[in-house]
Amino acid sequence: MEIVLVGLNHRTAPVEVRERVSFTTEQVKRAAEELRARGILEETLVLSTCNRSEVYGVPPESSHECAPGLSTFLSEFHSVRPDILSVSLYHHYDQEAVRHLFRVSAGLDSMLLGEAEILGQVREAYRFAHEHGATGPVLNRLFQGALEVGKRVRTETELGTRPMSVASAGVKLAERIFGKLNERKALVLGAGTISEQVVSQLRDRGIAQLHVMNRSRDRADELAKQFGGKVVGWGEWDAALQSPDVVVSSVSAEEPVLRREIVERAMAARGNRALFLMDLGVPRNIDPNVGELYNVYVYNTDDLSEIVQQNRNARESEVPRAQGIVDEHVTKFLSWQASVELVGLVDALRVKMREERASFIRARMEPMKHLTEADRAHVEKLMDEMLEKLLLGPAERLRGEKELRRKIQNVEALRDLFLSNREKP
Amino acid sequence: MNHLFPILTALAYLLSFGLYVRFLATGKKLTGRLGTLLLGLGLVAHYFALLERSRGLHTVPYHDLYGSMSLFGWLLALTYLGLELYHRQRSVGAFVLPFVLVFFLAAHLAPADRLSPPAAHGVMFAFHVTLSILAYAAFALSFVLSLIFLGEERLLRSHKLGNMVWRLPPLELLERMSQSGVLVGLVSIAIGTVLGFVWVDRLSSEYSFYDPKYLITLLVLALYVLYFRLARTTGWRGARASKLCIFNFVIVVLSFTVVNLYLSHSHRYF
Repeated sequence: MEIVLVGLNHRTAPVEVRERVSFTTEQVKRAAEELRARGILEETLVLSTCNRSEVYGVPPESSHECAPGLSTFLSEFHSVRPDILSVSLYHHYDQEAVRHLFRVSAGLDSMLLGEAEILGQVREAYRFAHEHGATGPVLNRLFQGALEVGKRVRTETELGTRPMSVASAGVKLAERIFGKLNERKALVLGAGTISEQVVSQLRDRGIAQLHVMNRSRDRADELAKQFGGKVVGWGEWDAALQSPDVVVSSVSAEEPVLRREIVERAMAARGNRALFLMDLGVPRNIDPNVGELYNVYVYNTDDLSEIVQQNRNARESEVPRAQGIVDEHVTKFLSWQASVELVGLVDALRVKMREERASFIRARMEPMKHLTEADRAHVEKLMDEMLEKLLLGPAERLRGEKELRRKIQNVEALRDLFLSNREKP
Repeated sequence: MNHLFPILTALAYLLSFGLYVRFLATGKKLTGRLGTLLLGLGLVAHYFALLERSRGLHTVPYHDLYGSMSLFGWLLALTYLGLELYHRQRSVGAFVLPFVLVFFLAAHLAPADRLSPPAAHGVMFAFHVTLSILAYAAFALSFVLSLIFLGEERLLRSHKLGNMVWRLPPLELLERMSQSGVLVGLVSIAIGTVLGFVWVDRLSSEYSFYDPKYLITLLVLALYVLYFRLARTTGWRGARASKLCIFNFVIVVLSFTVVNLYLSHSHRYF
């Protein structure tokens, strides 16, 4: 019942690598199926956001043994050379994997410390994996714990009271160019969770006009209706780019959707009025060369790290409190994990001792010819009672006493002590 | 001559500068407001310092180089304060105050020469000169704002955002402030130039119409009208317009120095 995590994030990999290792919804499903079909993992969950791609799993054997296979799988799945990927990947096992996930959901591992949307992304990843039967008892418990950590950190610490996100950082940057946004117009490309966050931020700042462009018209209609915007048909760039001051893009696409020639034509049509492009997509949605155009400002998720750092400093003081909540839940999870494993261990011990008892009695009673069958049966019964007493008592205490479970964290050591590899449950 | 007002002016401007710098660094509103208050006090003290100097030397502020510089500094501070209050933006005070201080200190620390009494040119002449200096001060302010614009624009485009960028005004506000400064300058220089021509017309026997200063003034006027037009409506808005504004101010400095000192026969210090 070990846990393994293999992944990369904004700290370990540049956007060029992250965009190659990101998962679409379809890929998440396929990866989970393949991992289980190949026997690499028994339970699996893929968390893929703009800033991270992580695979959580419960391996059939040791987590350390399965990690190289998982790395190879990622390399093959995304057709990225292992040497490029290996420098960016991190591997966490058991307690460290749990801690990492809890920090992620708390927003402590995000580019923008304490950002709000990561919790939603963890929730969505868990919902998707659970619905497709990719998770089991361990990952269910782990991710339910992660969601609880995220919720607590946001309600009990200042880290969550004023949510800051990559989206709001970008909006603040737009204000550096245009000042107040209440007379400005915005175009949002994509109608997913991140787009919704950005639209929300823009609406909070009283943006005058909002247009939504999305491949799925229904979702665009929904978002536009929710925030009082208008829908623009996908691909109608000339009309769409004529009026907005701010363009926010977060669409799932393999190639940039806003190419240089499109923006160049739009800038000519709008008389070089300043245009701020926020590219929150991974892979990038906006051709990086667009940034060379006059009066065009392009920021992708990596560029926003400057703002992230500044906000981070202001929020640093809340980190110890958030970390305390993470630690508390890590202990809680490990305690649960230990109790499940301990109960399994006790059951295995009971089976083993019954077997031992039979052969032991046979061997020891062989010379005692004077004992009748009834005496022998009585001795066997007494031994069974003693074994039950020895094992049943601790088993009951383990079920009932949380503190005891917390203390016994290295079940593996107990298992090694009492059972041989062959006998492990 | 009493040194109270010059000292008070220098102190007020210095403190105002310090507060504006602190406001830029910390963003504390109270610090910014105090900076504005000190600038206002400095303006009042500067006015009395100019008045006292003129009375003491029995002249007008623009009769000599030092007086013209001090008047320029006063009008620069006044124009800035007007723009600050109009646009509700204090962040550029830290960049403008050094210019005000330099002109004020250079004028008032210089030894006061014994001046010949100024000619009685009349009110129209006084307006002509004052409005011209006001125009140059407004253009100088636009020059500073354009420099800040270019610096901030470069930082934003290169994605190298330090702490400073977050304290500076938004780019479009800097553009608007610069355009406001140019508008003040254009109106002032237009009225001032017309008044100058009318004044010369009345005294055509004493002054010639053929002064290189007239040509360069008309060139400055045309260049700023061009800037005003390009900056507001065409593809030049943004960095290109700011570069044009900086170029225009180079012509203004040329008019102030080379033309006044070596070419003009009826303009000396303005």
